[in-house]
Parts: sequence; C-alpha cells; structure tokens
Amino acid sequence: MNELRTLTALELGAAIRRGDVSIPEVTVLALNAAESAPHNAFITLAGAEAMRRAEELQKGLGDASSPLYGVPMAIKDNICTRGIRTSCASKILGDFRPPYEAAASAKLAAAGALSVGKTNMDEFAMGSTTETSFYGPVKNPWDLSRAPGGSSGGSAAAVASRTCWYALGSDTGGSIRQPASYCGVTGVKPTYGTVSRYGLIAYASSLDQIGPLARDAADCAAVLDVIQGRDPRDGTSLDGRYGHLLEGLTGDVRGLKIGLPVDCFGDGLDGEVRRAVLAVADVLKSRGAEVVELPFPVMEYVVPTYYIIAAAEASSNLSRFDGVKYGWRAEGYDGLTDLYNKTRTQGFGMEVKRRILLGTFVLSSGYYDAYYRKALQVKAVIKEAFDRAFESCDLLLTPVAPATAPRLGESLSDPLKMYLSDVYTVSVNLAGLPGLSMPCGFDLSGLPIGAQLIGPHFGEGRLLNAAHAFQLDTDYHKRAPKGGITA
Amino acid sequence: MTWETVIGLETHVELATKTKIFCSCTTAFGGDPNTHCCPVCTGMPGTLPVLNKRVLEFAVKAGLALNCSITRYTKFDRKNYFYPDLPKAYQISQLYLPICRDGRVDIGGKTVRIHELHMEEDAGKLVHDPWIDQTRADYNRCGVPLIEIVTEPDFRTAEEVIAYLEKLKETLQYLGVSDCKMQEGSLRCDVNLSVRPAGSGELGTRTEMKNLSSFKAIARAIAYEANRQIELITEGKRVVQETRRWDENKDATYAMRSKENAQDYRYFPEPDIPPVRLSEEYLDALRAALPELAGAKRARYQADYSLPEYDCQMITSDPALAAFFEDTVALGAPPKQAANWIMGQVLAALSARAMEPKAMPLTPPTLARLIALVGEGRLNRNTAVKVFEAVFDSDGDVDAYVREHGLEQISDASLVEDVVTRVLASNPKSVADFRAGKDKAFGFLVGQVMRELKGKADPRAVNERLRARLAGEGPAPSRGGPRE
Amino acid sequence: MKITTELVDYISELSRLSLPEEEKAAMTAQLERIVGYMDVLNRLDTAGVEPMSHVFPLVNVLREDEVIPSQDRAELLAGAPAPDPEAFLVPRAVE
Repeated sequence: MNELRTLTALELGAAIRRGDVSIPEVTVLALNAAESAPHNAFITLAGAEAMRRAEELQKGLGDASSPLYGVPMAIKDNICTRGIRTSCASKILGDFRPPYEAAASAKLAAAGALSVGKTNMDEFAMGSTTETSFYGPVKNPWDLSRAPGGSSGGSAAAVASRTCWYALGSDTGGSIRQPASYCGVTGVKPTYGTVSRYGLIAYASSLDQIGPLARDAADCAAVLDVIQGRDPRDGTSLDGRYGHLLEGLTGDVRGLKIGLPVDCFGDGLDGEVRRAVLAVADVLKSRGAEVVELPFPVMEYVVPTYYIIAAAEASSNLSRFDGVKYGWRAEGYDGLTDLYNKTRTQGFGMEVKRRILLGTFVLSSGYYDAYYRKALQVKAVIKEAFDRAFESCDLLLTPVAPATAPRLGESLSDPLKMYLSDVYTVSVNLAGLPGLSMPCGFDLSGLPIGAQLIGPHFGEGRLLNAAHAFQLDTDYHKRAPKGGITA
Repeated sequence: MTWETVIGLETHVELATKTKIFCSCTTAFGGDPNTHCCPVCTGMPGTLPVLNKRVLEFAVKAGLALNCSITRYTKFDRKNYFYPDLPKAYQISQLYLPICRDGRVDIGGKTVRIHELHMEEDAGKLVHDPWIDQTRADYNRCGVPLIEIVTEPDFRTAEEVIAYLEKLKETLQYLGVSDCKMQEGSLRCDVNLSVRPAGSGELGTRTEMKNLSSFKAIARAIAYEANRQIELITEGKRVVQETRRWDENKDATYAMRSKENAQDYRYFPEPDIPPVRLSEEYLDALRAALPELAGAKRARYQADYSLPEYDCQMITSDPALAAFFEDTVALGAPPKQAANWIMGQVLAALSARAMEPKAMPLTPPTLARLIALVGEGRLNRNTAVKVFEAVFDSDGDVDAYVREHGLEQISDASLVEDVVTRVLASNPKSVADFRAGKDKAFGFLVGQVMRELKGKADPRAVNERLRARLAGEGPAPSRGGPRE
Repeated sequence: MKITTELVDYISELSRLSLPEEEKAAMTAQLERIVGYMDVLNRLDTAGVEPMSHVFPLVNVLREDEVIPSQDRAELLAGAPAPDPEAFLVPRAVE
C-alpha cells in the first residue's frame, strides 16, 4: 500500500479509476499517515467525514470524470468548510464551524475531491514559519528541528511527507510558495482574482489568493483547472482565460524568454540557493528557452510596501473578531469595551497583534498619507516595473527565499528580520501576478531549495509548462524526506 | 445682540431596493430578529460584498434629481469602528470618490447647496433586554442600502430645514428610490448647528444632533440647541464641538459620551469591491428615464387643468396619488371632479384603512367610470359614494354593482313630478309650515320624496321641483325624458 | 519616526487591544524598528503617481437586485459565544 504514497495525485486518480485501489483504502492510508506523522501538520482531522465521503465517492466512481476524483487532499485552516471547524490557527475563532463552504473547496468537492482535514498555519496566515499558530508549530518533514515555512506550513508538510496528495493553501505575500520551497513541493499562487476568495478568511484582501501545493506542476495544473474561474460571490474574481492548463503541459519551452532580474540575485542571497536557482535557467536553456538578464530596480521597496498594505487591510479585516458573533469570548469582562479588549487581547497572538497595531497606525489620522497612501503609490511603481520586465521576457526566474528552512524558534525573536525574508515573494502579490515555486535542489544540510517562476497576469499556462519542462529533466520533486517514503 | 443660526444637514435615506446593498437578503421591513440575514450581512469571516446594481442606479437618479454632478469613476471605502450594530466592525461607505457632488435644491426662493451624496450600508438594530440585562443585536437592517445626502451649512431657520426635507422626501418618493418613512427609519437626519452674531462671516463651533425621528423633533431640537449655544456664549462660555443626542421625552439635547466623540475612522479604499465607472450612455439613459417631479406636475395641473393650487398640492403630495389622478383624467374624467373624488373619498378611504396610496386596490378605470355615471346623471352623488365604498377594496365592477343593487338614478322627470305631487298632497302640515317660513319643513319634504324614490333620484332635480311647486307652479310637462 | 507609548496606547484603543505593560514596551520598540524601516519608501519620488488600490482595471462588478432566501437563523447563531435563540448578545450597548 505504501507505494501508493509515492504516486502523484494524477497517478493516484488514474489508479482509482482503473480500480487498482479503492477510495476508502487510500483514505485510510492518508488518515493513518496523518495520525502517525510527527509534523503537527493538521489542526483538525476530519476522519469520520472523510470515510463517509470515501464510501460515497467510491459508489459514484462510475460517473467520475475528474482526474482528481477520490484523491485525498487537505485544506488550509483559513478556508471555510461547512460544519467543520475552521480556526485560522487562532484561539479567537474557538470552535467556529462555518455555516457555508468556501468556493474553492466547494468546486473541488464537486470534482470528487476528498478532504482529510484542515492544515495548520500561521495564525491568520501572518508569519513565514508556521510558528505563530495557536495550535503549535509545524515541523519540517526534512528536518524536524526546522520550520516548514509559512504561512501554509501545514499544507506544505502534509504534501511533502506524502500524507496526502495535494493541499489548498493561501498566499498573501508568499504563503504558498515559501513553504513549498522549504518543504520541497510545488506550489502556485494564481493570478489575483482567478480563484474565488469567497470563504477564505481574509488577511489582506487585495493580496490574498488560494492556490495548490502538490507533488509536481502537473498536479498543480489539475487543481487549478478545477478551482479557477469567476465567482458571482467574489466581486474581485475573474476567469483565468488560459484554457485547460493540464492539457497545455507539453514541456516545449523552445523560444520561451526567461528573465533573470539581477536585483534578485544580489546581496543577502545564500550562495547554494543562488547556484541551484541559476541552474534552473540552464536546464530550461538546454530545452530551447532563451535566458536574459534584466534590471528590477524596486527590490528595496517591496517589503515595506507589502507590510504597510497587508497590515492596514488586516487591521480592518480582523476587527470583526470581537467575541460577539462567533468564536471565542473572554471571561470576566466588565461592559462592552472591556469585552472587546479582553477577547481580542487574549484571543490574538503577538504577531497578529503586531500587524493589527501596525495597520491601525498606518491608517490613522495624520499618518495615512505618509504611509498607506505612499505604499499605494509605490505599489503602482512596482506594478509598472513588472510590466516593463514582461515587455522583454515571458517569465521571470528568481529565488523563493534567501535561504533554506530556518531552525524553529529562530525567527520569532526578530519580526523585522522575518519580514525581510519575504523579499522575493511579496512583490508578486502586490502586482497580482501568478507565481510558482518548485524544488530545484538541496543544500549541504539536505534541505530543499525552491525556485520561483513569475508570469504576467493569466500567465499560469506558461509558468506551469516551464516547471513541467524542468521536472521532466530533474527529479528533485520526486525526492521525499526520510521518514516519508522515497520512490 | 441678534444671533444667526447656521445649520447643515446629513440625511440618511434607505433605498427601496428588493435586496441589501452587498448581499441578496430581502430589505423588507420588520421580520423576526436575524431572519433577513446571511453570512455576508452578519459579517461572517471569509464572506465578501457584491454591489447591488439597483443601488447604483437609485443613487445616480437621486443625484441627477438633486442637480448634482455625477462622479464618473467612483469607489467604496471602509469606515472602521467597533460597535455591536456593525458586525464587520467597518461600514462600507464612500469617502474619497462619492458618487455625487455639488448639487442644489431650491426651496421657496432659496437655494440649498448639496455638498455630496454617497452610498453606504445601514447598521443593525440594538435592543436592550432588561430581563437579562443584555443588549440584543438584530442584523435584519444591516446592509440595507442607504444614500447619505450632505448639505452645505446653508440653512438659517428650522422652517428652511423642514422645507428642504419635505422637498427631498417628495423628490425621492417621486423617483421611486425611497419610501422615506421616518417612522420606519427610512429617512433619518443629523443636524449640524452653530450660532454666530448676525452679520458675522465666520462660522461658530458646531454640534451635531442625532436621533431626530420626526420633523417636529427636528424643529424642536433646532430651537433648543440654538438657545443652548446662545446662552453659553452669552455667559462667556464656549460651545464644545461634540455629538449630542435629542431626547424626545425631555425635550432637550445631551452630549454623548466623549468616547463616542473621539473617532478616527481610518478610512481606506475597500479592496473587495472593484471601482465603478459610469458611461455617458448610462447616465443619459437614467436622465431620460427620470420621472416628472412634483413641482413640474403642480405647474402643469394648474396650467392644463386649471386646478386650484390647493388641489395640486394635495394630489401631488404622493406620486402614486398623482399617477392615479392623471390616469383617471386620461380616461375622460373632468379634472376638477377627479381631484374632488381623490381629495375626498379616496384619501378618506385610504386613511380609514391606514393604507399607502401605492397599495390602493381601486384602479383609475373604476373611479373614472363612477365619475362618468354621475356626470351622465345615472347615479346621484350620494349613491355614487356608497358604490365607491362598496367597490374600493375589490376594485369591483361599478356597472355590475349598480345593476345588481338597482341603484341607477331615476331620470324620468314625470316619475319625479308624480311623487312630488303625491308627497305635497299627503303632507299638508309641512307644506303649511314651509309657507309659514319654517325652512326645516322643506328638508323633510325632500326627504320624503327621496324615500319614495328609494334615493335614486337626482337630489338637485327634486329640490328644484319641490321649490317650484311650493311657489305655486303646476306640475311640469315631461322634460328631458329618459335618456336611453 | 519615533513611536511613543502614547501613540501605542492610542492605536491600541482604536484596535480594541489592551496590552499588558511588559508586552507594550516590547511592542513599542518593535513597531519603532518596523516603521523606521518603512521610511525607506521616502527614497522613492512618487510625486504625481496615482495611488493604486486595485491592481486590475476591473470595474462595474454588479449583482442583480433579486432576493435569495436568507440563511436559517439557527445556523447563523449557532456559533455565538453567548447563546440566544434570536439574537447576538452583548453587554449593555444602548441606553
């Protein structure tokens, strides 16, 4: 049975349709793996629901048309699942069971997806290590003393440890791509708006996007084919207009122009990471792609711009958590204001409180123009820098993070340092672009290194095909951590 | 010293859409608490607002009717504050690019300038339950669309304020964008007021008064607050800029707690709602579809129908009533008679049923037919009133009712003459009384004639014949005769 | 930019957070470092640049004015920390 865990989601889907294995069998496999795994990747395992669903899907197998039908997966715990606890890894949401289902998970369910549970994350997706979770940190399957990255650390660890075959994450400033990189899996942050945010508990509404974390680019394409598209309940959503992604994976990259932004390979980047990322360019070049260097002179502005905008929106988005309508309420309060103060002060963790205060500050009277308005102007400049870059190339290749996974406990003491490690990912969200992270090597400690591909709006097809081409010639994505199962 | 009062208004009007501004829940008034709600309007996490098309249309229509310039590129912003009637802890409103600006309203020779008009969502309702000493939040009203109309400080008296509000209400009702019922909270007003020595060019420190739920309350609150401020200044004290609440029972305003005054709303662009761009074609279409407003109707009724000003006022006081009048006239009813019926029977019937004109079951063809039957002499006025009452609630068939109840007026003059002769002969005492100068006896005789004719005669004809005969004239030869 | 304790108190009140004294001191220092770092944006001349709130030129996303039945009240109230069959309960908020 364990060799099933080495299959990709598409391979397992095919095995299920052929009748090589039943859906309840693979569900048991996933649930057992989740229960025995030491990574703390899940906040809620929905075992009973999953088994019920497995039996039901097995009965309907004859009519199955989706390649992902019956394949066990997991959902980040900031994506609302009807009747199943959705906590955002925060104390303040308590035992919140949404009376509605997020659009993305509903679409997957309609395509026969089977969720085994809700994955751990940084509280309200605020963090880069999954250490800010109220439910405790997630451990990196490659080295249990290291962080899996964040905020979708639970989703990345669940996929990397071969517990489930793919997972949904969310990415506001790198929260899919960076943990994918630290855990050696492939992850995509889609073009802003192409996956409905309905049911995604908002961190920063103008930047948040749901996307897949999976074993390889083809699995990501299959998931995106299901979840993308305009949703009438999300006014910012639109159709990706990129056709069927999975069918577009030819591996043919001849003539594709890949840009290397020189400003992304300068100071602060670990040497091993630099070498591994640049090697991606060589592989793609050997398949006929062209590689050009280009300037990207806005790198020093991306982190402050991102943190001002994200914190501002977060301070507003998180105001609704007040102990009145849902979730947790503090005890021993005296009057309304005290109820608010006690619930929020005790219900939120330090990182969340830090960002709420920062966001409140940049929006407050007297500081709005200097910080928030200024950040919106710089955002326009950053967007323009990308527009210019895509005039001369089809894709950009950059690192995902300056280094490989940090040790647990290393990052929390210095928030600003943690923020700065997001330097390669946040600009993609500011400009609303699609970004992909894929394994491209290992450092001397055996930790995965990720490479980032960035495309123009709706450039998912190009991104995934380039990643697919790279994965045809390499096997980094096939390697599994010790304790996981290697092919 | 003479003092001048300077007043500006912020009026919130609930729009008469079927659904809320950002979700598809009904806006129907009432309902059990929290039964007109969904995850969006109760601020559940992960839910998103999607703008109702009709809210935009209604806001633009209101702006056009108030002579505003319409913002071609308009956006929503978030206004952040914590209060249990606001489940998201922010109100989606418009600060930076409101949909309308720079309008004006003429009130009896004076122009009031509109600073801006913007769209926003209403809050929920809080009711304190003394039994459990807890406040209950009901979000049925939460998310009902509002427009807020802000004037410049152009008012000097309460009368001007009321005149403006009357005009505003009438305009919005005619546009069909709001029913403007103050008692249901669909029109609410905040009053900004300051005082200054007459002739001064500078504005004094203003206070804002909230919780004004009737025109009467507004007028009284203005009088009270102006006096309070004048007294303060006269005593050498200062007016504090603050929000004050009008207490209907105590007839006084009082300052709200200072915490509610210290506000920093941290407005920023609403990321969940894409901007709105209005095309010239869209605006032209709405402009072309604007209905004739009350003022224009009044002028037209006076010019075309020669109706007295009073009648014009009454009939145009409600757009449904005006439409009813126009339709009735279009069906051939003489305008003055239609007006009389509407101001008399129609308004009385509506008032007896506590019914809005737009909910009236009676239709213009029915009233027009009734008026025609009276005009043709086939129903007398009193009988017509009875028929009106009978058919009002079901919009019944007037002709059928008259036929079934045998109510058609007797138009055979010889029949009337015969009855008059008989009544005079059998009531010699009354005849003698009348001739002796007792007018009351005449009424009795009329009554006797009408009774014999079962009320179906034209009372004017009976009057005329009785007077003639009592004056000594002989029985008239057959005049007119049956019309059919 | 100097972040004072008063400023932290002010934004804490706006955010309905009441940090214990020891947390407040640490937070003040961290915010000062973070905000100080953000001043790097002032190196970029953005005069005349239109602030960009929405990254896509998406406009006029509108909904028809058609009623969809509301959600079952019991479901909406099920997660409320102070249980009540009809409403969300809070300490006295009106006179």
